[in-house]
Amino acid sequence: MTVMTYAEAGMTALAEEMRRDPLVWAVGEDLGRGGVFGQYKGLVEEFGPERISDAPISESAIMGASVGAAMAGTRPVVEMRFADFALCAVDELVNQAAKARYMLGGQTKVPMVIREPMGMWRSSAAQHSQSLESWYTHIPGLVVAVPSTPADNKGLLKAAIRADDPVVYFEHKNLWGMEGEVPDGDLLIPFGRARIEREGRDITIVSWSSQLHTASRASGILEKQDISAEVIDLRTLWPWDRDAVFASVEKTGRLLITHESVSVGGFGAEIAATVSEYLFKALKSPVRRRAAPRIPISYAPLLEDVVRVSEAQIVETVLEMMSS
Amino acid sequence: MMHRIRAFEEAAARANKEQLVLGAIHLSIGQEAIASGVCRNLRTDDYLLSTHRGHGHTLAKGANATAMMSELLGREGGICQGKGGSMHIADFGVGMLGANGVVAANINIAAGAAHAIKLKGEDGVACSIFGDGAINRGPFLEGLNWAGVFKLPALFVCESNGFASTTRTEAMTSGDGPAARARALGIPADEVDGNDIVAVDETVRAAVNAIRGGGGPRFIVCKTYRLHGHTASDPAAYRPREEVDVAWKNDPIARCAAILREVGVKAVELEAHRDAAATEMDEAYEIAKAAPWPDLALAYTDVQDIGDPRERAF
Repeated sequence: MTVMTYAEAGMTALAEEMRRDPLVWAVGEDLGRGGVFGQYKGLVEEFGPERISDAPISESAIMGASVGAAMAGTRPVVEMRFADFALCAVDELVNQAAKARYMLGGQTKVPMVIREPMGMWRSSAAQHSQSLESWYTHIPGLVVAVPSTPADNKGLLKAAIRADDPVVYFEHKNLWGMEGEVPDGDLLIPFGRARIEREGRDITIVSWSSQLHTASRASGILEKQDISAEVIDLRTLWPWDRDAVFASVEKTGRLLITHESVSVGGFGAEIAATVSEYLFKALKSPVRRRAAPRIPISYAPLLEDVVRVSEAQIVETVLEMMSS
Repeated sequence: MMHRIRAFEEAAARANKEQLVLGAIHLSIGQEAIASGVCRNLRTDDYLLSTHRGHGHTLAKGANATAMMSELLGREGGICQGKGGSMHIADFGVGMLGANGVVAANINIAAGAAHAIKLKGEDGVACSIFGDGAINRGPFLEGLNWAGVFKLPALFVCESNGFASTTRTEAMTSGDGPAARARALGIPADEVDGNDIVAVDETVRAAVNAIRGGGGPRFIVCKTYRLHGHTASDPAAYRPREEVDVAWKNDPIARCAAILREVGVKAVELEAHRDAAATEMDEAYEIAKAAPWPDLALAYTDVQDIGDPRERAF
């Protein structure tokens, strides 16, 4: 075990995989200087500028060229800088990367990782703050990962690099500096396997990425009020660990999903619908969601906070659910 | 090869009329010299990325005509198992990495395939063929710049057939056209009569040699004319009949035949080539017609390994 930050864990994962497989390479804007958040710092010195490659500000080419490079036998790790900027490359991701294997009758796979730093961070306003993970769960062919801890960032990124599918990999900007114990060596976390952050009896709270920690803090507050919340970190949204969520809801009879992205059409809706379809009789109260209102993210901190779901709001919702 | 492409397109047009081709197909009749002249200078292990109008390119790269025709008809034995159709034909066995339904999308993908060649230290070439309509999309700028910046072994071929879908390209294009844009990005560009097989062949050969020698990307504009409509069912009424009649007089196959006659090839030999191509493609069509529909289970295969819908279709 080594204590390291979430950013360092991602860097360790990439470095280990690049040492293991000479066909792995990373490409994106400013990587040679360590990446915009320092998450590539020092890698160019070890691997050289061909494998830690700078790129022009050409998101469509970064993504599209990586599709071609993946088809032609390499394993690109694509840095999109901000999840918001990946929207300049949606054709390349959705129409090309996600579908190539299927459309071409299985003649190729597209092994690439698309790293998309997501979420609200230091008054970054509406074009540098979004959480768009649910969009990509809608697209057949894509895998969607949303790690919340340094250990998961290492284990999931390594697994993503080894995967033969295009993996949309959301790292939360708020978590770069978060420290945690990370297992040394070959840590590979399977996709679709949730982590129980905290065990509980009375209610299941499902979350992921940075919001998971808010849910976890809320469960601490609830504990003092004798409410035992089970907090589940989904870790990946496609595939998502239905079995873990079902097992928990069967035990607690209550389900709250909380995420930083907009509530409308968010992945919480998918979970709520699935649980309602399959486990309706196990539910003691209606499934609830706490997620962002459908408004753009503001610059001024107090306005930005309007979008943020706080632990107090989670506690409030849980109390409502417990009394219903 | 030009006869084979023409015969394939004519058989495809017939299949379209007989309503056995289900979706839209885009014929390359009149543009055969480009497909032929480009691909005869590519090795099997060189990569080719094509467009929605890609039957000719794919045949010329070496794909099997029957498997292609079966794909157009959505049948078992289709080159993409009936899952792609005309606009997604690919044959990785001959380095054909796919046609594309999105205009200009293949430019970045080809640049990336060239990037992989460079990273692996190989001596291949990645070629992208696209139409003149593609030069107004962003990936044209981004992909060409990318190939230039990284000095990639990439060949860009613009089939300038005068039309962007059903609109004249010149009406929607500012500036001096594709070659000028490529040169502005530092990529050497040639312009050639795309209906002259000899000129296309010589220009492409020189460009491919330069690329293989480590010279970085090259760009070639092949001037041609789309003799049919945008799709096989487009009557192309937006252009005068006389313009099309004149263009038919510039048919690349007839021009090639004239050159061959001049150097002593007998007419009967040329006719034999044409007839053999027609027979081959008629047979391909008959085989495709007789083939069954694909197995329904294929709908769920080759989506993805992780979160495979056969395990998690909820």
